[in-house]
Amino acid sequence: MAVTLSEKAAKHVSNYLAKRGKGVGLRLGVRTSGCSGMAYKLEFVDEVVPEDMVFESYGIKVFVDPKSLPYLDGTQLDYAREGLNEGFKFNNPNVKDQCGCGESFNV
Amino acid sequence: MALFQIAEPGESAAPHEHKLAVGIDLGTTNSLVATVRSGIAVVLNDEHGRPLLPSVVRYHPEGGLEVGYDAQMRQAADPKNTISSVKRFMGRGAKDIAHLESIPYDFVDAPGMVKLKTCAGVKSPVEVSAEILKCLKARAEAALGGDLVGAVITVPAYFDDAQRQATKDAAKLAGLNVLRLLNEPTAAAIAYGLDNAAEGIYAVYDLGGGTFDISILKLTKGVFEVLATGGDSALGGDDFDQRIFCWSIEEAGLQPLSPHDARLLMTRAREAKEFLTYHPEAPITARLSTGEVVDARLDVDTFADITRNLVSKTLQAVKKALRDAGLRPEEVKGVVMVGGATRMPQVQKAVGDFFRQEPLTNLDPDKVVALGAATQANLLVGNKTGQDDWLLLDVIPLSLGLETMGGLTEKVIPRNSTIPAARAQEFTTFKDGQTAMAIHVVQGERELVSDCRSLARFELRGIPPMVAGAARIRVTFQVDADGLLSVTAREQTTGVEASVTVKPSYGLSDGEIAGMLQDSMAHAKDDAFQRALKEAQVEAQRMIEATQAALKEDSHLLAADEIARIEAAIAKLALTMEGDNRRIINLAMDDLGFETQEFAHRRMDQSIKRALAGRKVAEIKMEDE
Repeated sequence: MAVTLSEKAAKHVSNYLAKRGKGVGLRLGVRTSGCSGMAYKLEFVDEVVPEDMVFESYGIKVFVDPKSLPYLDGTQLDYAREGLNEGFKFNNPNVKDQCGCGESFNV
Repeated sequence: MALFQIAEPGESAAPHEHKLAVGIDLGTTNSLVATVRSGIAVVLNDEHGRPLLPSVVRYHPEGGLEVGYDAQMRQAADPKNTISSVKRFMGRGAKDIAHLESIPYDFVDAPGMVKLKTCAGVKSPVEVSAEILKCLKARAEAALGGDLVGAVITVPAYFDDAQRQATKDAAKLAGLNVLRLLNEPTAAAIAYGLDNAAEGIYAVYDLGGGTFDISILKLTKGVFEVLATGGDSALGGDDFDQRIFCWSIEEAGLQPLSPHDARLLMTRAREAKEFLTYHPEAPITARLSTGEVVDARLDVDTFADITRNLVSKTLQAVKKALRDAGLRPEEVKGVVMVGGATRMPQVQKAVGDFFRQEPLTNLDPDKVVALGAATQANLLVGNKTGQDDWLLLDVIPLSLGLETMGGLTEKVIPRNSTIPAARAQEFTTFKDGQTAMAIHVVQGERELVSDCRSLARFELRGIPPMVAGAARIRVTFQVDADGLLSVTAREQTTGVEASVTVKPSYGLSDGEIAGMLQDSMAHAKDDAFQRALKEAQVEAQRMIEATQAALKEDSHLLAADEIARIEAAIAKLALTMEGDNRRIINLAMDDLGFETQEFAHRRMDQSIKRALAGRKVAEIKMEDE
């Protein structure tokens, strides 16, 4: 089981962490809400929770809580630019369908 | 597929709930839009990667318009329909604008604000500004992928209510929800995180393309108060280009240039200026249409020499602003640099030497105002980031003010002001030799103190004895983010101070607040009448006392019958002011004024004679200076 970052995503995360001046890594998670059942969580991590699963890609620690992991397994977080907009993108193989905007999804 | 930004721990927004907010620096020459992405403020670029949007709008004769670089490029070809620097006309009448005759537009003087005649019809500065804002709004919505919840727009600290209102109207016309107008220097200070820094005095030195502004800010409990502003509306980076331009003409021994050659050399001059920021020497080369070749090398020291008096002109304005605020340079805790022209090393050095500290320069000086506005916008829509959650967006439910002579309310902070808020107002003494002042803090919308709610009373003592109206007592009302009001009164010459802290909304339920508001509307007419009457009574009382004091001192200037007439007028006024007919009180005041006119002239003559007796003209002149 694993969750990874693309090289581009990792570069942006490390950049943000450096500018922010604190934080040990990135948290990916899911919670039940939104129009299609589940929603992603993407946060900085300041304090590690003991039961967190920790993955590392391109030098960035990625924390996932055990409840979220089944929904995220195999996900690669990428950084993309769409027109003027830019941000992180979840490439999640578990997703069956998602709402129109992609902010929430169903597995 | 949606694109995500990283949130602070525990603050991931629920789907569709992340609120998109931007900060907009609506500048005279250039405008920018910024937002907070993954906790960091960034400026949003256009599709060509350019952060700036020139504040230029060109109207086409066949309808339609263009904004920004495209409009700027056509400015020379179509000067009358290409509106630049429209910010100078916001909320201004024709008589408020300096050098109106030298500006190439066809002005129409409308009540309140000038308008501009273009091929697309008569446009108000508000409409022109709205086009710039629409362009930035479209850029932001494309970049953020959604509708904006709101925007913080920056304005110069010296903007008055009319100019601020015009800016708000422009935003409304552009379909933007204004979360707040923010002073430009405050935005710059926020961008540097100074709102979380130590309390104290900060200076913001803003040298733009064509204007120079200096602001002195005081930070207390996370609230910035503007203590003084100053500057020069006709001094900026362009003047430095001009100096290099003149220098290179002299170096190359050129004849007067054609407009085309002048433009070319001016561009080379600007490039040389920018090059000198990072290099010790800059080449200036140009082949002119006359066949002449300019080939000069300008070094940093020469550049500093030929621009020395421009830099010192800015420091003069800095000194004046500090003097207005009653401060010395060493009392300033930090200096923020804003505006592209502050990249010049000689400017940074001069400012550093003046304040005896390194100015803050690590953010891009062109972007710093927009970044601060974005940070504020992000807070105001509730996308809080960690330690800033103390900053609330809240409003004061009822006006806060104090009691003035005659039991009238003087509102200092009007209701619906967003908190934190700080306002100061100057008051003076009512009687000759008055050494103490009672300050009664009240809350409510009614004109008479007896109809408002009393919050606190305190006394300022130790005012030096002066004639009535000479003392300057600055009363500062400050409401912090928790709605806590503190009132400070300070006599300006001696610095004696007294203060009190109250929590104004304490004990008032929403129902009571609503009741007080309804009351104020129901009684508005009655209140206005009461206020006018009280004002007349206070004025009458003041006039009687002043006349009596003058009689006591200088009755030798008057004949017996003149004294009798004045005394009769006083008695009549004293009688009428007991009643409630304002018109009669005013008439009696006019009478007393008429009777004492000659007396006032004689007193004036006497004091001038005394002041001038036995002195030489030269001495008197010296004192004036």
